[in-house]
Amino acid sequence: MRSTNEEQNKYVYDVRGLNLWYGDNQALKDITMGVEENEITAIIGPSGCGKSTFVKTLNRMIESIPIVRTEGEILYHGHDIFGSHMMVEELRTRVGMVFQKPNPFPKSIFENVVYGPKIHGVKDKKILMEIAEQSLRGAALWDEVKDRMSENAYSLSGGQQQRLCIARTMAVSPEVILMDEPTSALDPVATMRIEELMEDLKKEYTVIIVTHNMQQAARISDKTAFFLSGELIEFDMTHKIFSNPQDKRTEDYITGRFG
Amino acid sequence: MGKNSIREIIQNNIRNKNHFSDKVMPKVFFVMASISVITTFGIVYTLIFDSIKFFSQVPIREVFSTNLNPLSRDPSFGFLPLLNGTLLTTIIAMIVAVPVGMAAAIYLSQFASAKLRKVLKPILEVLAGIPTIVYGFFAYSFVTPLLMNLIPSLGAKNALSPGIVMGIMIIPMVASLSEDAMNAVPTIMKDGALGLGSTKLETTLKVIIPASISGIVASIVLGISRAIGETMIVTIASGSSKNFTFDITQSMQTMTAYIVEFTSGDAGSGTVGYYSLYAVGLILFVFTLGMNLIAQYISRKYREEY
Ligand SMILES: Nc1ncnc2c1ncn2[C@@H]1O[C@H](COP(=O)(O)OP(=O)(O)OP(=O)(O)O)[C@@H](O)[C@H]1O
Ligand SMILES: [Mg+2]
Repeated sequence: MRSTNEEQNKYVYDVRGLNLWYGDNQALKDITMGVEENEITAIIGPSGCGKSTFVKTLNRMIESIPIVRTEGEILYHGHDIFGSHMMVEELRTRVGMVFQKPNPFPKSIFENVVYGPKIHGVKDKKILMEIAEQSLRGAALWDEVKDRMSENAYSLSGGQQQRLCIARTMAVSPEVILMDEPTSALDPVATMRIEELMEDLKKEYTVIIVTHNMQQAARISDKTAFFLSGELIEFDMTHKIFSNPQDKRTEDYITGRFG
Repeated sequence: MGKNSIREIIQNNIRNKNHFSDKVMPKVFFVMASISVITTFGIVYTLIFDSIKFFSQVPIREVFSTNLNPLSRDPSFGFLPLLNGTLLTTIIAMIVAVPVGMAAAIYLSQFASAKLRKVLKPILEVLAGIPTIVYGFFAYSFVTPLLMNLIPSLGAKNALSPGIVMGIMIIPMVASLSEDAMNAVPTIMKDGALGLGSTKLETTLKVIIPASISGIVASIVLGISRAIGETMIVTIASGSSKNFTFDITQSMQTMTAYIVEFTSGDAGSGTVGYYSLYAVGLILFVFTLGMNLIAQYISRKYREEY
């Protein structure tokens, strides 16, 4: 995947004219946008506008739905992710994903965190321990679980489970983390902890986060993309979107006039 | 129609409702449920009652011997040859059913397209619906001759062929129940593994199977219990040799086949031979009951919490 134009393209993700259909139903319409390194990009828009579809396309998770058809290009560091030289497994280790509902595996906390490294061939127990500690610290969960690493992950609270899933994603050292409404199943306190975490994540990762929570988007993101019925209506600096949107529809949405 | 009049209609109907069936039907359901429970107790009672007559006449040491000769003038009732026959045919059956059934379940639940699954699953279920006498005939007149080409010393009646065919018969059960267990693993958990860059196969082996292990093991244990209780196939294809042997190319009698042989008229009512049927029946019952309890225990104990 590495090549010379990796450095030439300033975008981590460069999406060009992306169209996507579920059968005959078009869910994404001519999306063009670039995502820069070490930024948090928020994706907002009313239910059904294609936010989940969009982020699931970025790591090709969308392919598990057989009726999906795509058109257009998504360049990841200058390489077409649909290209034949792109291995989907490699893409997914470089682009991690955190889901709407916490989805730990029915294994111990430790086994959850080191699942990725183990699958990809890291066997040394000491290295795995190190990875586990680092990732759990990164997800601000270490202090809460360091004495119960062998307990089942489902003994954790929902908010802890979600941070465990973030740690699990970090354990394979991705460059990008995709998050699809990662706090929508959590209470305000657990949500706040994850939001605090985002500031730190930004230093090491490029984050793309779908959220229904406008305040959350405004608080944590650098850029915001507003989707409506499968179209990208506006994409700009977050403070601009929220203070001075260019499109009437964006303004209507963020002021709560519809959606 | 206004809100109030709709409310009036509903309230009237509720007040005038005939509550007879609400009172009677639960009682009918209770009686129906009781019938099956009572029948079970009846069977167990007969088994135990007549087994006691057997065990009072035959010393327990004789029961655990290898000498089974129920029809001679000086009969001997060592059940080890029967236990051995049942055990060996069951092991052979599971050696066939577990790998093939698991592979089929993995393929159907994780790899087959929805279209293909729609075709394959009903076919699998047809396999489960074939009467066992047909399987027995298939073992005797097709599989045994086929195996004779490979193993010239194979007897016309032997343990191997019915064992294999019993395995084939159990495949749909293992496959179908295991597939259900694997399908019950939430998609979001599978997505979690795929999202970390695992291949489909890695996801299946490292996440889906561990998450559904209780259902899978339960399906295998139920398969074993089915093999232990299977009668027709072994009666037809394994014969009635009462020798104690581990040579699966030779005829062996299973517990079930023994019961078939002696209920077809050889043992006079009231003789020890006659009561031996109940003793064997009781042993069979204990075995299959034990297997079912194990299956239940496993699916409870190892139920993954998610
Ligand atoms: N598996 C699917 N099969 C067919 N159509 C789908 C599927 N998933 C989503 N869609 C359709 O694609 C469109 C976009 O859905 P998507 O889930 O991306 O919306 P969303 O913006 O994430 O909504 P929400 O905010 O409710 O999560 C919707 O019209 C939806 O009906
Ligand atoms: Mg969504």
